Amino acid sequence: MAIAAPARAHTQAKVQAHRKKRGSSLPVFLVAPAVVLLLLFTIAPAIYAIDLSFLHLKISGGLLGTGTPQEVWAGFSNYIATLSDPEFWHSLGRMLIIAVIGVPATIFFATLFALSLDAKRARLVGFTRLAIFLPYAVPGVVASLLWGFLYLPATSPIGGQFINYFGSTGIFFSVTNVAVWGVVGFNMVILYTAVRSLPPDLFEAAELDGASELQIALRIKLPLIAPAITMVALFSVIGALQLFNEPTTLKPLANAITSTWVPLMRVYTQANVNNDIYGGSATSFVLIILTVGLAIVVNLIGRRIVGRESK
Amino acid sequence: MTSIQLRGRLKRAGEHTPGSTRTVNWVPTIILIIGALYCVLPVLWILIASTKTNDQLFSTATFLPSFTGGFWTNMQALFSYNHGIFGQWALNSVIYAVGGGVLSTIVAGAAGYALGKYRFFGSKWIFRLIVAAVLLPQIMLAIPQFLLLAKFGMTNNYASVILPQLVSPFAIYLCKIYAEAAVPDEIMEAARIDGGSEWRIFWSVGSRLMMPALVTVFLLQFIGIWNNFLLPFVMLNSDQLYPLTLGLYGLMIITGGQAAQYSIVIAGVLVSIVPLAILFLSLQRYWKIDLISGGVKI
Repeated sequence: MAIAAPARAHTQAKVQAHRKKRGSSLPVFLVAPAVVLLLLFTIAPAIYAIDLSFLHLKISGGLLGTGTPQEVWAGFSNYIATLSDPEFWHSLGRMLIIAVIGVPATIFFATLFALSLDAKRARLVGFTRLAIFLPYAVPGVVASLLWGFLYLPATSPIGGQFINYFGSTGIFFSVTNVAVWGVVGFNMVILYTAVRSLPPDLFEAAELDGASELQIALRIKLPLIAPAITMVALFSVIGALQLFNEPTTLKPLANAITSTWVPLMRVYTQANVNNDIYGGSATSFVLIILTVGLAIVVNLIGRRIVGRESK
Repeated sequence: MTSIQLRGRLKRAGEHTPGSTRTVNWVPTIILIIGALYCVLPVLWILIASTKTNDQLFSTATFLPSFTGGFWTNMQALFSYNHGIFGQWALNSVIYAVGGGVLSTIVAGAAGYALGKYRFFGSKWIFRLIVAAVLLPQIMLAIPQFLLLAKFGMTNNYASVILPQLVSPFAIYLCKIYAEAAVPDEIMEAARIDGGSEWRIFWSVGSRLMMPALVTVFLLQFIGIWNNFLLPFVMLNSDQLYPLTLGLYGLMIITGGQAAQYSIVIAGVLVSIVPLAILFLSLQRYWKIDLISGGVKI
């Protein structure tokens, strides 16, 4: 082992530099705030909600039961109460109706607009892209108030005097419309950037072979942006499950919307209006499980579609 | 303008097949115009409605504005409503969105840089935790967050609205992906050989190269917080702390039964749309939305 002294010194310096990179405390310091915040405001509330969901209040002590109520173990009774409450399933069903109308509509129109923006010799592209993106800057509550006045018979410019936008059937389309209006532009921009990132020589070759603009859009561009469409679908499904702002804001105008109209409204009513934080926690947790499960399913379906396309 | 039109005409004259002329491709253009009308007309209608007094709102033609001074009357009524509380709501929205947006971008940028450019004890597991948390619906956590903070008596203040929105797993994920692609190891190594400390490399090299991602994350967070309704809805009791969304909702609840107050709500809707719309349409070219669709291009 006859290593010359300078060489050894050099190796040592290198090792030290290497160690410094591996052992520097900077990355830990940088990541710490995120981890602490995640633990305090995401993980801890979730665990606390799970904990609450297994408890209920029991009034103990005193012959007349006048002692202070105490939290006692409830087992699965809160979950059984949630799952056996028909109103819970009704709220899920209403949300499902909105998702079944809204998610395909969002994806269809976002894709249509994205492909139209990318079409050759289409005009007014810059203006229309901004215009369709505009509603994204409008908060859901404000969008609901805005559309609320458009629906309201007294002020409606779109025939609210003849069409009952707040009727028991119409309300589903009215709520969905507000939600789609708010997100279609954002999804369009995501899909448009996906189309723009495709190599242009793909279309030139097809064009030389005599493919029409429509054929290029449907047969080449559409399959190639399938991964981005999957992501848009995932966002839309998760968005549908979290529906709250639009129906809550339209509620003062529309009698058809009850205080438990969609699942998240039911959780709010349970926990903050009826002060049943235990039942509310159980419902919350059931919903979180449902959302995560659905997100995984959409992701798997999307991957399968993408996998099939690329074969 | 005329020369372009002329050239178009000349070219059209020179071509034979009608399907492949170099003129306007009408089908996508018309689709886009219909889409744009659908998105813009409701806002335009609110603008028109805000020029009308309450009586005119129900009596005049719906798509015709009124020039009898109704606009200023409505604005005065809005800003003097309940001792000018609307201005306070607007200020609160700015505090929540700017404060929360800046802080959460710093948190996400720092964590993304650390996870993207370093391997350290637990880094893999932290990243896995963050990816898992992306799937967790943040809005559904609002009520558990409220219950936990209420247990410690920490609700009904600015912090109770800002703190839960400071960490966005999706933002951290974007920053990590971007840092990996945009901050080359070679530059960091060169800076190290020049004697730069890790902290300095982060501050003067890493954070600069990550700027496009940071701007995008800030705008996404800003909009997310500005639009958030459920979290302030459960956290706040006193209307002095309300953001615009919650304030307008309250106004609608109060005035819901009385058509006499609609013009105030309509003015409030307009005022809360226009500044944000101008801000975002003017900032649009700084957005790197392709980050979201997964294609990182620098």
